[in-house]
Amino acid sequence: MSVKQNGAVQGAGKNEFRRLRLEGVSRQFGGANALDKLSLTIERGEFIALLGPSGCGKSTALNCMAGLLPLTDGSIWLDEQRIDPLPPEKRGFGMVFQNYALFPHLSVSRNVGFGLKMRGVPAREIERRVAAALDTVQLQAHAGKLPGQLSGGQQQRVAIARAIVIEPPLILMDEPLSNLDAKLRIEMRSEIRRIHRAQGCSTVYVTHDQDEALAMADRVVVMKLGVVQQIGTPQDVFARPAKLDIARFMGYRNVLPGKVVQADGTRVTVEGAGGVRLAGVAMQALQGGAAVVAIRPDEITIGDGPNAFAGTVETAEYGGREWLLQVKTAFDDLLYVRSSRVVAAGDRVMLTAPPERVLVYAGES
Amino acid sequence: MAATTAMPVPRSGISPRPPFDPAVMLVAPAAALMVMFFVYPFAYGLLLSFQPAQGGVFQNYIHFFQTQDLWRTIGNTMQLALPATFINVAGALAIAYATRIKGPYQRLLSTLLVVPLTLGTVLIAEGMLTYFGPQGWLAQALRWLHVYEGSIRLTHNYWGVLISLIITGFPFAYLLILSYITGIDPALPRAAATLGADGWNRFRHIYLPLLTPGLVMAFCLSFVQAFSVFPSAVLLGSPGGTTRVIAIAAYEAAFEQYDYSLASAVAMIMGLAQLAIVVAALGLRSMFYRGPVTGGKG
Repeated sequence: MSVKQNGAVQGAGKNEFRRLRLEGVSRQFGGANALDKLSLTIERGEFIALLGPSGCGKSTALNCMAGLLPLTDGSIWLDEQRIDPLPPEKRGFGMVFQNYALFPHLSVSRNVGFGLKMRGVPAREIERRVAAALDTVQLQAHAGKLPGQLSGGQQQRVAIARAIVIEPPLILMDEPLSNLDAKLRIEMRSEIRRIHRAQGCSTVYVTHDQDEALAMADRVVVMKLGVVQQIGTPQDVFARPAKLDIARFMGYRNVLPGKVVQADGTRVTVEGAGGVRLAGVAMQALQGGAAVVAIRPDEITIGDGPNAFAGTVETAEYGGREWLLQVKTAFDDLLYVRSSRVVAAGDRVMLTAPPERVLVYAGES
Repeated sequence: MAATTAMPVPRSGISPRPPFDPAVMLVAPAAALMVMFFVYPFAYGLLLSFQPAQGGVFQNYIHFFQTQDLWRTIGNTMQLALPATFINVAGALAIAYATRIKGPYQRLLSTLLVVPLTLGTVLIAEGMLTYFGPQGWLAQALRWLHVYEGSIRLTHNYWGVLISLIITGFPFAYLLILSYITGIDPALPRAAATLGADGWNRFRHIYLPLLTPGLVMAFCLSFVQAFSVFPSAVLLGSPGGTTRVIAIAAYEAAFEQYDYSLASAVAMIMGLAQLAIVVAALGLRSMFYRGPVTGGKG
């Protein structure tokens, strides 16, 4: 049994590749598409978030990149080299698993040094690089411990150190923060961003948490049922969701049906129940008259202004900085509104929303 | 349990006598059974072994180690039990590792491998006599295929007993080791793969160290089973020669010479020999990692 070193992608050190290209990457499980024709180009140094609800294919995509799942169709290229036929050990990507997957029988430093040992790096250099990696994640003091003796947050940082110490061109992270408590999660976000910048590698980060994706990524890939819905900057995805589904996922809780009564390029006016007219921005081609309007609760204010319409407060819930209201209007569904003003249930209010923040999508038929 | 947690902790530094928990009484039936079926017969046999028909207290033991026909049985048994155990554990490890991933053949293979477990030793011995005998199917088939024309001696000697120990012991070791292997978090070898470990290194650095404690346990259990070999040593071996195992010596003392005292002494020596190997194996086990075999929270 030869223990030959796997040098396939070794030449492509951390700064020696330009881009990773996914072309129509697909993966089927028993006839069903878990991932359907994902095409994406990742530039060096980019931080990409794959965002979507569970079962949307984001982890499948990550495992395909890592080589842990064979593709059913499509190809993956690291610059000019096609890498999708390579097994994971020949790709040289770092991966951080959701449950960390630390080797329970090895000390922290031997966990971190594992990848270097597999590459046949001399012992003295392993020692030096492991120390540097543990320094990066601030765990020098725990080098001799077994993973079982560490807290969740520490284990998570060991997992990151183990992935970055091999200086991979690409780091894949599969919901690495989902097992941590809320406070630690926020801290680790900026920690991971910092490490990403320091390493100069590319990162693909899988998450179901919009806040995480928006806070960390340079570009967000929104997925649903194995299909990419939108690829854009966090600002794009947040303020201009390409589809109604994405808008719902990104927190546009008020979705109101209506019909288009006036259109001027992307500026449209929609008439809803009770003759309420809302001016907004068309986010996609509107066929026929039916349309739906999506507005975030924090973009509706109480007062007079454009798009004004009347309603009655049904419930008012105090949320600390503001009130979360449910308002009965001419529409069937209650409207979710945030208000910094004191309002009580039963109050008559006028609501207003700026036309540029009223998004209009094709009607659901 | 609530009663114990509600107890105020005295600050004097002297640990108080723990309050009597009536739930402790629940072990009584099990303890009684242990005493009746294990402790008492063992103690009885131990005492009996020091009451020889004639001579001093240790006469039986002196006799055992001075009689070639008796002390050699330890070596004979070891020569059968140790190789059989090593072959069973190593073979079971290899096959269990190869079948660790659930697939269409795993169940078929497991079933086929486990069947001998359901057959009695005597039945297997019967079958082997027909199959491996000088005029058995194996010899006839080899002759017919012109592979081997000479005579085949696989029964009534050392090899017959060894083969029988492997047939009966393998399924047990296989099932045990398969359960250890499938208990290992599959994310660990995947993580190792992303770190550059090929198949051999994943086995060598991840599976093997995590399996070692389990392998030692499988070794101990298989060994104890093989060491007490008796029916197949008589039916398939040469009970007067190379397969005169220690159980045969004990049987002869008890039921042919009606010397229960000597038989008890032989049984005690048998127990000690097993204990020596098991203690050595467990000692080895304590040198390895024995914690959980998962890779983190979750």
